[in-house]
Amino acid sequence: MDRLLFGDNQFFGVNHMSEEKARAQAMRFQDIGSVINVLDMAYDDGIRTFMCTTHERIALVCDHVRASPDRYTGFTFFPGMPYAHKYANAITEDGMLGAVRRFLPNEGLLDAAVRGTASVAKKDIEGLVTLLIDAEMKMFEGLSTPVIFLQNVVVDLLLGLGFKDAFAIFANHVEKRYGAEPGFMTMNLPALLPVLEAVGIDNPIVCCNINKIGFRMSGGFEAYQECLSERRFRAIAMSVLASGAIPAAEAIEWVCSQPNIEAIVFGASSRANIRNTRDLVARHWDLSRRA
Amino acid sequence: MIKVAVVGLGKMGMSHLAMLNAHPQVELAAVCDASGYVLGVLEKYTGVKTFTDYDTMLRDQPLDAVVIATPSRSHAPMVEAALDRGLHVFCEKPFTLNPADSQRLAELARERGLVTQVGYHNRFVGAFREVKRLLDAGAIGTVTHALGEAYGPVVLKPRGGTWRSRRSEGGGCLHDYAAHPIDLLAWYMGEPTGVGGTALNSIFSREIDDEVFSTLYFDGGKTAQISANWSDESQRKMTTRITLWGTTGRIYVDRQECQVYLRDTAVVPDRYDHGWNVRYTTDLTEPVWFYLRGEEYSAQLASFVERAGSGTTEGLNDFASATATDAVINLLITDAAKGASTSRTTPPTSPTSPAAISGAARRSGVVRAQQWRKLATRLAGRARVRGTRAIKTMRQRSS
Repeated sequence: MDRLLFGDNQFFGVNHMSEEKARAQAMRFQDIGSVINVLDMAYDDGIRTFMCTTHERIALVCDHVRASPDRYTGFTFFPGMPYAHKYANAITEDGMLGAVRRFLPNEGLLDAAVRGTASVAKKDIEGLVTLLIDAEMKMFEGLSTPVIFLQNVVVDLLLGLGFKDAFAIFANHVEKRYGAEPGFMTMNLPALLPVLEAVGIDNPIVCCNINKIGFRMSGGFEAYQECLSERRFRAIAMSVLASGAIPAAEAIEWVCSQPNIEAIVFGASSRANIRNTRDLVARHWDLSRRA
Repeated sequence: MIKVAVVGLGKMGMSHLAMLNAHPQVELAAVCDASGYVLGVLEKYTGVKTFTDYDTMLRDQPLDAVVIATPSRSHAPMVEAALDRGLHVFCEKPFTLNPADSQRLAELARERGLVTQVGYHNRFVGAFREVKRLLDAGAIGTVTHALGEAYGPVVLKPRGGTWRSRRSEGGGCLHDYAAHPIDLLAWYMGEPTGVGGTALNSIFSREIDDEVFSTLYFDGGKTAQISANWSDESQRKMTTRITLWGTTGRIYVDRQECQVYLRDTAVVPDRYDHGWNVRYTTDLTEPVWFYLRGEEYSAQLASFVERAGSGTTEGLNDFASATATDAVINLLITDAAKGASTSRTTPPTSPTSPAAISGAARRSGVVRAQQWRKLATRLAGRARVRGTRAIKTMRQRSS
């Protein structure tokens, strides 16, 4: 995998620091053309992996990339599913089962009916989970998705509930159906790693907050450092700048000096910030070599 | 270790369950929900003990505490049954739908020395806590007015089949959304002495309110306004914000940041200066043992678990404080039913002021007197119907 990955929070009004900034970003990126414009800047500066949610507007980015394969040679998606707010709002409106029904795919109805009904009857979640994964993956058809992530809200909910089998179901389906590696996002790295190991997911790709001030590193800063130096997993650091609380140069110097981090995911909205981040990372890591 | 059961597996119940199950001081003893299906899946995959009947669970399962996250209408009887068995209780907000029930249950818990808490999680948000600290330190002097807002995208079209769309179950923007700023304002400014000008409007819902506006009156001539709308699609997710104006400064706060303006006359707290100050969540948030969807959700449960373990009845968001918030919610319902507090004595002669009409007509060039007359007739007709209805309601009330 590439060592520097481009994230998508900035495109969807997600800002962990300020609601005002989030709204300004939502306005700026209302037009998908503005999103694509920034992705083009990143691509032209050598950042070719786009780590994105399965927000419905990403489908437009997918269409665009699919339509110009020559422009986007080597462009890679790392989808992270699901875009949780659509489910959370649906649960509030329709209840738990109503929400699941709402997101089941319309197409392949027979297959969906067989997998869905059988699994509802047997209280077997495998059919339902794989259906939901397929529904989320539909927009990426024909595109390169070598790693597929489960978003932290879901990972951490399952982790808290002790729903360990779900991780294995996700991993198996993603490998078999999409030939992809499973990835897991979490806010609770020290708690997650032993569970993934217990269900037989070896050397997993895990994306979590890793920053100098310990922001949203649940389980504690020391426990994270212990994981990085002692546990077998492939770390992707997110929230490296802690939403802007740490100056970029300082934040990146620190994260690049931590052991066993394979990649950094970052978000930016301007060419200057994309270049600045890339150049800061390049001071410490050789970006031409893949992890 | 305390033995806890979670009751109600909706969005809140499920997330409480995950956080409690991960808490080192908690033994998750049982879960209870009316839906056998969700329970079955949980039992099969996590091995947790499940009940579909609450009373059976209370009778058969040794417990120290229950976490109740069922539809609001069932809170009162469920809380009472738990207190009767000597259990500590964490109950989702709003506490109960009837202030008399809230009062009685708060009293019952106090008599029995039981630990209680209601899920007004905003009081555990770093930024909102910082504001409490600033107000207590007198940073903005005497607060004269406040604005409490809550907006988000819950009901965006005329549908919705859950309990939240039913008045009788305690659904509605007032109980779900407005309750949060009301609770924060009660924390910051004390209990209001009265309310006025309340509007509980439906936008898409048939039975319930989708937007809430009201003025709260406090001792010493202080006031606050509430503005809440859960049919606001422009918000990605729920946002709760408070603005406070004081004699020596102004504070704006949401869950992410706290913007404080301090006048030269302000007594400046540590790490603050005169003029603008901004504090972000990254700076104000304490780490938690397990993060699911905001530190505040973990922090409020941690507080309850700690208090239940040590038998500390004093604490943030106990039944008494939630009872005060329930009382305000109830005042708003009573006030809204009255309609306008001051009505004009003559019927409106035109739908809008003549100046506005001619201004609009000049600008657009398409507004014709005839169209306005039609509109005026239609509006006057509507007003007559409303007036007749209001008189009928008043008569019914006075009889």
